[in-house]
Amino acid sequence: MRDMVEQATLAAGAAHGGPQAVPKIRMRGVRKAFGPKQVLDGVDLDVAAGHSLVILGGSGSGKSVTIKCVLGLIEPDEGVIEIDGRDVTQMSRREREAVADRIGMLFQNGALFDSLPVWENVCFKLLAQGRVTRAKARDKAAEVLAQVGLAGSVGDLSPAELSGGMQKRVALARAIAAQPDIIFFDEPTTGLDPIMGAVIDGLIVDCVKRLGATAVSITHDMASARRIGDTAAMLHKGRIVWSGPAASLGHTGHALVDQFANGEREGPIQMELRR
Amino acid sequence: MAALILDPLAALGRLTLAGCREVGGVALFALEAISHLFRPPFYWRHFWRAFVQVGWFSLPVVALTAVFTGMVLALQSYTGFARFNAQSAIASVVVISITRELGPVLAGLMVAGRIGASFAAEIGTMRVTDQIDALTTLSTNPMKYLVAPRLLAATIALPLLVLVADILGVMGGWLIGTYKLGFLSYAYLDATFDYLQVQDVVSGLVKAAVFGFIIALMGTWCGYTSKGGAQGVGRTTTTAVVASSILILALDYVLTEIFFAQ
Repeated sequence: MRDMVEQATLAAGAAHGGPQAVPKIRMRGVRKAFGPKQVLDGVDLDVAAGHSLVILGGSGSGKSVTIKCVLGLIEPDEGVIEIDGRDVTQMSRREREAVADRIGMLFQNGALFDSLPVWENVCFKLLAQGRVTRAKARDKAAEVLAQVGLAGSVGDLSPAELSGGMQKRVALARAIAAQPDIIFFDEPTTGLDPIMGAVIDGLIVDCVKRLGATAVSITHDMASARRIGDTAAMLHKGRIVWSGPAASLGHTGHALVDQFANGEREGPIQMELRR
Repeated sequence: MAALILDPLAALGRLTLAGCREVGGVALFALEAISHLFRPPFYWRHFWRAFVQVGWFSLPVVALTAVFTGMVLALQSYTGFARFNAQSAIASVVVISITRELGPVLAGLMVAGRIGASFAAEIGTMRVTDQIDALTTLSTNPMKYLVAPRLLAATIALPLLVLVADILGVMGGWLIGTYKLGFLSYAYLDATFDYLQVQDVVSGLVKAAVFGFIIALMGTWCGYTSKGGAQGVGRTTTTAVVASSILILALDYVLTEIFFAQ
């Protein structure tokens, strides 16, 4: 099974620059435990530059922990995490911050700062990095909001005044405003109706293509996974157990992945229910 | 049989270790926050917002507390001192009690309830809704952005509040002394300032600065380490208020020893 994963990830790399190309993100043997619970148990993953990977997995399987390890929000217990061939776990804080400057993140619930208006949320990173002045930030925010289909007037509202779909769009605008190389999407369509979910997926695909960024998304939504991803990987019991084209989800021939993608009750994944 | 003896000891050991871990965590948190006060960038807008929140918006509650405390103190002292014909000492008792003890302690406790809870709830909500992680991904150090400005603001604002509380507390005593107890206004004020020393006021202001730091530290620490959703935020808010109140009372004793022990 491990060979299958290696082949799939290397194939993804080959499609975007050949087998010799350094992956944009490379994880090897990443392990993380919280107390007695081993959440990541040797995660191996490659994401080629300009590629969009979707990580699938049940609740509590460690998807969010995986991307938080890459982001530096959680320190892994073991393993290597490379971005552009450099191990971020061995970097100094300053180097790590420089890497983080090139990464965007869309959080599951948006994580918008409710004490700030929308325009300040959108331009937060640009203001923090001194790439835009406060005087010009409103215009910049309006420009980025237009890219996610929102009117510039939304910039003056507070996040609490927005609907769930609008909050997701603002969070997307914030994630792309600094034109990152890598963008992480944590369950981007959770809590949205199917049409709004499709709209957000479309915006994500457009934004990622326009920026030429590398994208890693985690989701339970199979329709969303097929729309966003070039490749999908299945995380189960702390390991990547399958990786392949996102379009093949549901008919991969891998019993565990097919059960998950088709939402079947019977199969190798047994839900732990108390009776 | 051995288990009967060893189990409580093991529980005590675990509790001690957990306590040490918590104290160490708070100390490291405080050191990191202080270090950010000396390294740019500085978030002056956040400092100013916290300063207004602590200093200006706490003013009514601290002022009312100080006025009524001064009034009660004058009244209680009068009824007590009348037994020894020592009514003339009321003004000096009021001013020394207010400046040395009651001003800083009561203002500290009031601000702990108001600001400690507010800091813990705000930062705790940011923690459980991923806003603190979002700050990190947006090239902003959360300690520098959320914690350091609040620590500095509370450390500066509380002595100013206590200065106002001192004045209003003395005024409360003067009101009762002159309008209810029959003291002459100038005689009451003369007695107030005759026995007041600079050290009385300064020691109260130093206490206030320490209490302000403690209130902000416990509020931000509890919020920053919050987990478990809304219930967790509620729990840490309570912890912030209780911990800072107890620390204020304990440190009040320590600081009094330092300033006034012979």
